[in-house]
Amino acid sequence: MLNQNSLTRIDREIAKYPADQKQSASMAALAIAQEELGWLPSEAIEFVANYLSMPPIAAYEVASFYNMYDLKPVGKYKLTVCTNLPCMLTGGVDAGEYLKEKLGIGYNETTPDGRITLKEGECMGACGDAPVMIVNNRKMCSWMNPEQIDKLLAELE
Amino acid sequence: MIEIEIDGKAVHVPDGSTIMDAAQQTGAYIPHFCYHKKLSISANCRMCLVQVEKAPKPLPACATPVTNGMKVFTHSELAVKAQAGVMEFLLINHPLDCPICDQGGECQLQDLAVGYGAGVSRYQEAKRVVFHKEVGPLISMQEMSRCIHCTRCVRFGQEIAGVMELGMANRNMHSEIQTFVGRTVDSELSGNMIDLCPVGALTSKPFRYSARSWELTRRKSVSPHDSLGANLTVQIKNNVVMRVLPRENEDVNECWISDKERFSYEALNSSERLTKPMIRVDGALREVEWPAALDYVAHALKDIAKTQGGEAIASLAAPHATLEELHLLQKVTRGLGSGSVDFRPRRRDFSADGKRAGTPWLGLKLSEIKDLDAALVVGSFLRKDHPLFAQRLRQLGKKWNKVSLLSVGGDDPLIKLHAQVTVAPAELAVALARIVKAAAQLKNAAVPAGLESVEPCADSKAIAESLLEGDKRAIFLGNAAEQNGQAAQLHALALELAKITGASFGFIGEAANSVGGYVAKALPTALNAYEMFAQPRQAYVLLGVEPELDCANPQQAVAALKQAALVVMLTPFKHGAALDYADVLLPTTPFTETSGTFINTEGRVQGFNGVVRPLGDARPAWKVLRVLGNVLALPGFDYDSSEQVRDEILPAGAEFVASLDNGLNSVALTLNAVSNGLQRVADVPIYFADALARRSPALQKTSDAAAPAARMNAATLAQSGVADGAQVRVKQGPGDAVLLAKLDETVPTGCVRVAAAHASTAALGDMFGSITVERA
Repeated sequence: MLNQNSLTRIDREIAKYPADQKQSASMAALAIAQEELGWLPSEAIEFVANYLSMPPIAAYEVASFYNMYDLKPVGKYKLTVCTNLPCMLTGGVDAGEYLKEKLGIGYNETTPDGRITLKEGECMGACGDAPVMIVNNRKMCSWMNPEQIDKLLAELE
Repeated sequence: MIEIEIDGKAVHVPDGSTIMDAAQQTGAYIPHFCYHKKLSISANCRMCLVQVEKAPKPLPACATPVTNGMKVFTHSELAVKAQAGVMEFLLINHPLDCPICDQGGECQLQDLAVGYGAGVSRYQEAKRVVFHKEVGPLISMQEMSRCIHCTRCVRFGQEIAGVMELGMANRNMHSEIQTFVGRTVDSELSGNMIDLCPVGALTSKPFRYSARSWELTRRKSVSPHDSLGANLTVQIKNNVVMRVLPRENEDVNECWISDKERFSYEALNSSERLTKPMIRVDGALREVEWPAALDYVAHALKDIAKTQGGEAIASLAAPHATLEELHLLQKVTRGLGSGSVDFRPRRRDFSADGKRAGTPWLGLKLSEIKDLDAALVVGSFLRKDHPLFAQRLRQLGKKWNKVSLLSVGGDDPLIKLHAQVTVAPAELAVALARIVKAAAQLKNAAVPAGLESVEPCADSKAIAESLLEGDKRAIFLGNAAEQNGQAAQLHALALELAKITGASFGFIGEAANSVGGYVAKALPTALNAYEMFAQPRQAYVLLGVEPELDCANPQQAVAALKQAALVVMLTPFKHGAALDYADVLLPTTPFTETSGTFINTEGRVQGFNGVVRPLGDARPAWKVLRVLGNVLALPGFDYDSSEQVRDEILPAGAEFVASLDNGLNSVALTLNAVSNGLQRVADVPIYFADALARRSPALQKTSDAAAPAARMNAATLAQSGVADGAQVRVKQGPGDAVLLAKLDETVPTGCVRVAAAHASTAALGDMFGSITVERA
């Protein structure tokens, strides 16, 4: 299911915890699986669960709890807009609306060319930079006014 | 001890108790949903908020440890306001469908809403809707909008059943209880989740919409299935059993029962029930009246006894029969001049008979299991043979991690094991001998005679070590050990091991009355359960047995029955195969329609009464046997009640049987050479184990009721030249069965696992005999 590189990385995560508590590595392992596969099909969740000797439903609980795990396929770029209170008060909702209009899609949808998926996110811990968005769970973008958004979209090829 | 005050009442509780524990002592009721005394604390329903002096806000009683001098108010203004607030939130998304809800009338949310809910809801917005889930034939998850997310079902799976099948997916208001990608809940204890659910989210599928809880009459009963003798509440309506629930008995079943006990009641109302006596006339079975049937049986038996001698008659009872039935059966049989009576149809080795020091039993009380420091189980399909016994060991495994399993099948018992050794049935005695020798060597004790050539391995040393540490340890022999061809050797070896290690030793017991059969002396003085078919008799009296499914060697049993001049069956069911060989069918009643006594594996005497009237002309078997005794003019059959029969066997009022002793006199240890060729490993699948479970439609739809396959590991598959999934013909003696081959790495090399007790394998021979496999 996963390639050797991912398995090596998961093993390194497992090694951080006591040998009989492998499931402590479930969040990291799911993230690594998602990084390789792009999203988390249920087969991948079950694979990770078996790899960590935990029940599949317990791994599914983790994967469905957190926003950043994608249980459905996403586009090449996943744009997550923060709409929690501080961002909302500072234009987060407007940034989301602007993106929707610009891309012609709603939240949890993907552009027809499969390039960009738009998501609504929870607080990313950078309220001072509001409004914020994050690209592919990794690249944080601050002060996202319309010009900044246009610049970002131009970069996402 | 800590002293605290609850609602002005002082109470002393041990260190580490919670407010909830303390409140239970004083009798103060604190409302709760997620708290359950047998499950871990999650404190997520918040219903048990109480006021604690000097605490700035209400605290959850279930999760707050007591401290010295704490003053708790469970019904103060603050506490009641907090509880009412929580209730209002719980009711926000709970549908108002109580009138059509199966839980109505026995719903904790409904009850507490009366006490703590407001008359009118202030909530105007839309309620959330949760889609229904499909989780198999036993649990209905049709109305998941009712769920209040207490997670009792999830914790039950994790902690009691040992397998987490349900979980809570998603977050906050989107949380849903579900299985992984819509799989079924397959645990053999799953029905308890229905009881645990405080609302109507999980309901019983077979019971749904058949009755309201207030229409039902509750009657006490005792489980007729496994040897634990779980206490039951049987609920009836219009003289029909509608439902079976656990009756709490901390010493026996705690507050659980297995799914077999919960759902096999469906068989009581099955269309296969025999309601009229039948006699074979001109080759066909005809319905007759009781006097005619009993006259016929008495004359025929007398005739055979007179012309061919009493020994031409043999009697066999199921170990699920009551104490009274077993006693009267042996009395009738001996009255006819035959010593061939037995109640252990699945046994193969009887060489311990006549050498036992007393009645074989568990060796300790069930309630003592939790105090054990280590345990070894030999020869058992633990989870499927004894679901609740396995549950007790599971809790032990969590605590000490010193439970070991030596068996013939590598099924996962869902217990945290110290060591698991899986060997072929013929090697079971040698494997146990290795542990005995390892223990003797570790303790510098004399190695018992006969074990000179045995070499302990690493696993046997690890198991022996675990049995030498701690105060209380136990060794248990399971069903597969008792049914093994070297059962007496295993018994003797386990006794040696117990002697060396100082552990207690006992049998888990095959069925509801495995101990009772010994107490009732339903034991052979002539031919035993195996010999009576190996040396065919002229007449057979069968009590509750279905020989093609219940015998050690069904092939041989059915052949003997077919040649017999007279086969009398006392049975609640008329089943296909019996119609071929039975000459007389006498309709007897299952446990719900008779009074009687079961003696469980710890020797506990548990009497019960009939809960409904017998169906049709069926009569309790003890009455049938009593009248048969009268018609045969045998002395001592003047009983008026089943209690009189019991009093003849046991001293009145006995709570436990007196003569319990697992000792064995003069059995020498001789380890036989291992046989060549393929061996059969036969488990008795949980839902084929007795006549009731076999006829429960819901249980028959579960994954545990799947048709048997010929399971082998890769090496054995290759050796037999068959592929995984191919059709194969398995042969034992003249009989064969066509099954699917299945790869199963837990089966020992050189073995084929073919389940017994199923119609598709009824033509085969010995459960642990040699077998051949060829492509079909």
